[in-house]
Amino acid sequence: MHFLLRRAIFYLIAAWAAITTNFILPRLMPGGPVEAVMARHEGQLSDQAVNALHIAFGLDPNASMWSEYVEYWRNLFTGNLGLSFTYFPTPVSTVIAHALPWTLVLLGVVTLVEWILGTFAGIVVGWRRGTWVDAVLPLGAFLRGIPHFWMGLVIVTVFAVTLDWFPVSGGYSSDLLPNVSVPFVGSVLYHAVLPALAMVVGSLATHMLSMRNMMVTTLSEDYVLVAEAKGLHRRRVMLSYGARNAILPNVAGFALQLGFVVSGALLVEKVFSYPGIGYVLFQAVHNQDYPLLQGILLITTFTVLIASFLADLAFFALDPRTREA
Amino acid sequence: MSTDWTARPSATPADADAVLEIRGLRVDYGAGAHAIHAVNGVDLTLHRGEVLGVAGESGSGKSTLAYAASRLLRPPGRTVAGEVTYYPAGAGRQEPGIDVLALPPERLRKFRWTELSVVFQAAMSSLNPVLNVATQLTDALEAHRPGMTRRQCLARARELLELVNIDVARLSAYPHQLSGGQRQRIMIAMALVLEPEVIIMDEPTTSLDVVVQREILARVMELRARLDCSVIFITHDLSLLAEIADTIAVMYAGKVVEIAPAEVLCQTPSHPYSAGLLSSFPSLHGPHRTLVGIPGLPPDPRALPAGCPFHPRCGEAVAACSRDVPALFALGQRHQAACLVREAAAHAELNATDSRQASPSLPGRAER
Amino acid sequence: MAAEVTVTSSDVGLVSQGGARRRPRAPWLRSPKVVAGLGVAGFFILMGVFGPLIVPADPSATSAAVLQPPSLEHLLGTTATGEDVLSQVLAGARLSLVVGFTAAVVGEAIAILVGITAGYLGGLADEVLSLVTNVFLVIPVLPLQILIVTYLGDGGWLLLALVIALTTWSHGARRLRAQTLSIRQRDYVQAARAAGEPTWRTVGFEILPNVSAIVITSFVFHVTSAIVVQTGLAFLGLGNVSDWSWGSVLYWSDNSNAFLLGAWWWFVPPGLCLAFLGSGLALINLGIDEVINPRLRTGLKAARLFGRARAVGNEH
Repeated sequence: MHFLLRRAIFYLIAAWAAITTNFILPRLMPGGPVEAVMARHEGQLSDQAVNALHIAFGLDPNASMWSEYVEYWRNLFTGNLGLSFTYFPTPVSTVIAHALPWTLVLLGVVTLVEWILGTFAGIVVGWRRGTWVDAVLPLGAFLRGIPHFWMGLVIVTVFAVTLDWFPVSGGYSSDLLPNVSVPFVGSVLYHAVLPALAMVVGSLATHMLSMRNMMVTTLSEDYVLVAEAKGLHRRRVMLSYGARNAILPNVAGFALQLGFVVSGALLVEKVFSYPGIGYVLFQAVHNQDYPLLQGILLITTFTVLIASFLADLAFFALDPRTREA
Repeated sequence: MSTDWTARPSATPADADAVLEIRGLRVDYGAGAHAIHAVNGVDLTLHRGEVLGVAGESGSGKSTLAYAASRLLRPPGRTVAGEVTYYPAGAGRQEPGIDVLALPPERLRKFRWTELSVVFQAAMSSLNPVLNVATQLTDALEAHRPGMTRRQCLARARELLELVNIDVARLSAYPHQLSGGQRQRIMIAMALVLEPEVIIMDEPTTSLDVVVQREILARVMELRARLDCSVIFITHDLSLLAEIADTIAVMYAGKVVEIAPAEVLCQTPSHPYSAGLLSSFPSLHGPHRTLVGIPGLPPDPRALPAGCPFHPRCGEAVAACSRDVPALFALGQRHQAACLVREAAAHAELNATDSRQASPSLPGRAER
Repeated sequence: MAAEVTVTSSDVGLVSQGGARRRPRAPWLRSPKVVAGLGVAGFFILMGVFGPLIVPADPSATSAAVLQPPSLEHLLGTTATGEDVLSQVLAGARLSLVVGFTAAVVGEAIAILVGITAGYLGGLADEVLSLVTNVFLVIPVLPLQILIVTYLGDGGWLLLALVIALTTWSHGARRLRAQTLSIRQRDYVQAARAAGEPTWRTVGFEILPNVSAIVITSFVFHVTSAIVVQTGLAFLGLGNVSDWSWGSVLYWSDNSNAFLLGAWWWFVPPGLCLAFLGSGLALINLGIDEVINPRLRTGLKAARLFGRARAVGNEH
C-alpha cells in the first residue's frame, strides 16, 4: 500500500481511538460521571453546569450508549464540546480557539529552532566522534534529563527576576491591544523568548544526542567508506552520505518526540502564565473543569497527529525507498 | 628480521613495471597486549597490467591488507609499520613514487579513485540508499574533474553503464530498485569512472549467484584488458584466481605463505596450505580433483600457534614447525613459499650451490 | 544481548577486549559509563530509602524563619512558611522514586507482554498490538494522564504509578517488538519452533535473554520519564500535594511565587536532584548502548592515532 495512504489511515484510527477514549473515560467512573463530578463539587453545580457536563460527556438519560456515542460524534463535528466551568458559560471550543494559536506559535518556533540547531550540532558532533567534542555528550545527557518546566523556573529567575532583561510572565504587554501591529508583534516575540528558551535547551540536547548517535552509526556504513575511497570532498561525505541518511530515523521518529515536547510545553506555559493551552489546562485542573480537560486532550491529540503527518510527508520526500509503487 | 624480507624476486626486469609496492606492511587491531596482528609483515608488488590474486580464508588478513594499502582502515585497525608506494604511469623507476601511507589529507583525497579505486565486497550496502545511480557515478567526477560539465559527467556515466551491460535508463534508479548483480556491476562501473591505474577488488562477486558471478567476472577481465589497468583481486576462491590472475599470493594468518605465477601455483602448489585451498574448491577447467579441504579451523588471530601458524592443521608438519617461524624462500624464478619442510627439501636438492639465494636473511629492500 | 555482540565480531575486524574467553553474562557492567551511572542512581536510591529517616527537621513544620537563604541552620534555606527545604527534598525523594520505579516496573511488564507477543506471534496479533502501541505513542500523554488523574481524584501513589505505567509503556513495547521480530528469524529460534518446543519455553529461554539489554535500557529510561511525569503532575497540583515529593516541593514553591521572591534555594534543589538522577540513568543507557551497538564505541585513543578515523573496523 502507498506509504502516505497507510500513514493517513493510521492517523484516522489514532484520532478515532482518542475520541472514543474521551467518550468512554468518564463512563468508567464509579457512580457515573455527572454524579462523580457533583460529589467532587459537593453539589454546588448550577443546572447549566450539569447541562454542560451532559454535552461534554455525551450523556442522555433516555438514550442507549450507542446513540449517546453517535450524538457525541455529532457534537464533535459541529465543534460543540460543551461549556467550560472555568470560563462559564464560554464554550470549550471558544476557550481552546483563543489559547491554541499561542501554543502553536510557541511550539512551532521551538520545534523549528531545536530541530535545525539539534540536527546541525548532532552532525558536527557525530562527524568528530572520538575527539574532545565527545565531551558534550554527558552535558547533553544532563540537559536532556532536566524537566522543561524546571528549566523555565531557573531561566525566569535569572533572566527576568534577577537581570530583568525579559518579562516574567504573559504573552504580550498588557498595555497593548492584540492586533497586527509592529509594537504588538514585537511584544509577543519579546514575551516568547524565555518560554521558548526553556524548551529549546532540553529538546535541543535530546535531538543532538539522537542525531549524533545516528550519525556515528551511519558513518560506519559501507557506502560512507566508498564515498571516502572515492576521494569526495569531506563536506560531501559528511552531508550527502552521512547526515543525509542519519537524519531519516529522526524524521521518522518525529511523532514520538512530539508527545514529549507538547507535554513539556504545557507545563512551561504554566510557569510563564503564557496564554496558551498549557495555562488553560492548569486552570482546568484547578477548577476540575472536565469539559475543558477533555477538549484539551482532543485538540492536543489532533495537533500532534497533524504534525506527525507533516513529518511523514517530509520523510516521504527524503527517503526514495518510501516511493515504491 | 623476517619482515624486511622481500617477496619480490630481486632485480628482475619486471620490477621496472611495478605500479604498487607494498613493503613490510603490518596492521594491528587494537593496541597493547591485546593487539591482533591482522597483517603481519607483507610484501607484495603489483606490476603494470597485471592481475594479482590474493587468496586466503576469512581472517587471513587479505581484506585488511587491501584496506590498509588504500588508507581506508577504520579503528581499531591501524597500520603500525610498512610502506605502500605507488608509481604513476610514465614515471621512471628512478623517480621515488608516491608514499601512499604518508600522503597528507588533500593529496590523499586527490590520489583516491584517480589512481586507485576499490570495488568493495558488500555490493548490497556499498551504495548510498538515498542517492540515485547517476549521482553516485558522477560525484567522483565532480570531485576530481572540476572542469567537466554536468552534461559531460552524465555522458560518462551513461558510457560506463553500457560498459557493464546495464540499461542507461537505470541512471535515475535508486539502489533498492536494483538487483544484487546490477548493484555490483554499478560498483564496478563506479571504480572505472576515472580510469585509475590500480583497482583493488575485494571479493567483488561473493554475494552473487554463480551464473551472475561468471558473467560479471568475464566482463571485468575484458574491461581490464581494454583499459589496461592493474588489479589486485582478493578472494577466498583459489580456483577462480586460477582463471583470471597472472600472479597469485596465498595468505595465512596475516602473512603471505606462497606467491607464484598463477599456472605454477595452481599446478604445483608448494605450501601445504595452498595445496589444501586448491583442493577445497572445484575447478571449472583443468583436471578433476577430489575435494578434500583443510582440516581444522582458521587460527584464532588472538592466539596464533607458535612457529608456523599453519602447523596444527598441516599433515606434513615436523617438530621444527611448531618452533621456528618459516620465512619466504625462493623455489624458482618468481615462485616463493614459506614452509620449513619444503625449504629443507629444496636445500637438500640444491645442495650447497645456490643456497644463498634461498636464504631468508637476504637484504631484499636495500635498494630502496 | 549476547547474540548482538557476536554478530559484528566475525573475522578479525572486531574483538571485544575480553579476548577468547566466554562472554560474561552482563558485559555492560564493565563499561565505566554504566558504573558511574549506577553510582549516581545508587546515591539517589539510598536517599529514597534513608531520606525520610535522616531529615534534619519535620518537612511540614512551619517556623518564623521564612524564606531564609541557605545557612548552617538550614542548609538549603526555608520556604515561605519557614519549612526546611533540605528536609522536604530528602523526604520527597522516596515518593518520587517509588512512583518512578513502580511505574517503570509495571510499564515495562506491559511493554514486554505486548512487544514480545506482537513480535513473536506476528500476523494479525502483531497488526493489532502494533496498532495499539502506535496509537499510544502518538497521543500526547500529559493531557491524558491529567484527565485520568482528575477523574480518579487522589487515589494514592500506587494508583498514580499505575496511571503513568498505563500511558507510557508504548516506547518499550515498540523497541521490544522490533528486536523480537529480528531474533525470531534466527536459526536457533526457528529450530526451537520447528522442534515443537512450547511457546513459553522458546520465549523464556531463547527470546527473553536476547532482549534483556533492551528491557534494561527501556526500563531505565522509563524510570526517568515516570519520575518526570510524576513531578510534572504534582507541579500542576494533581494528586495529594501535601505528600512530599520533589514535584510537590516545586508545586508549593511555584504556588508562593518563589521565583518572583528570588528564593531560588526553594525550587532549584528538587530540580537538580531530578536532573542528576536523570543524567545518571542516561549514563547507564549510554554505556549499555555502546556495548550492544559497537558502532557507537568511539575511543579517544583510536581517534588520536588516526586523525579523522572511523568508529570500528568491520572487515566486510
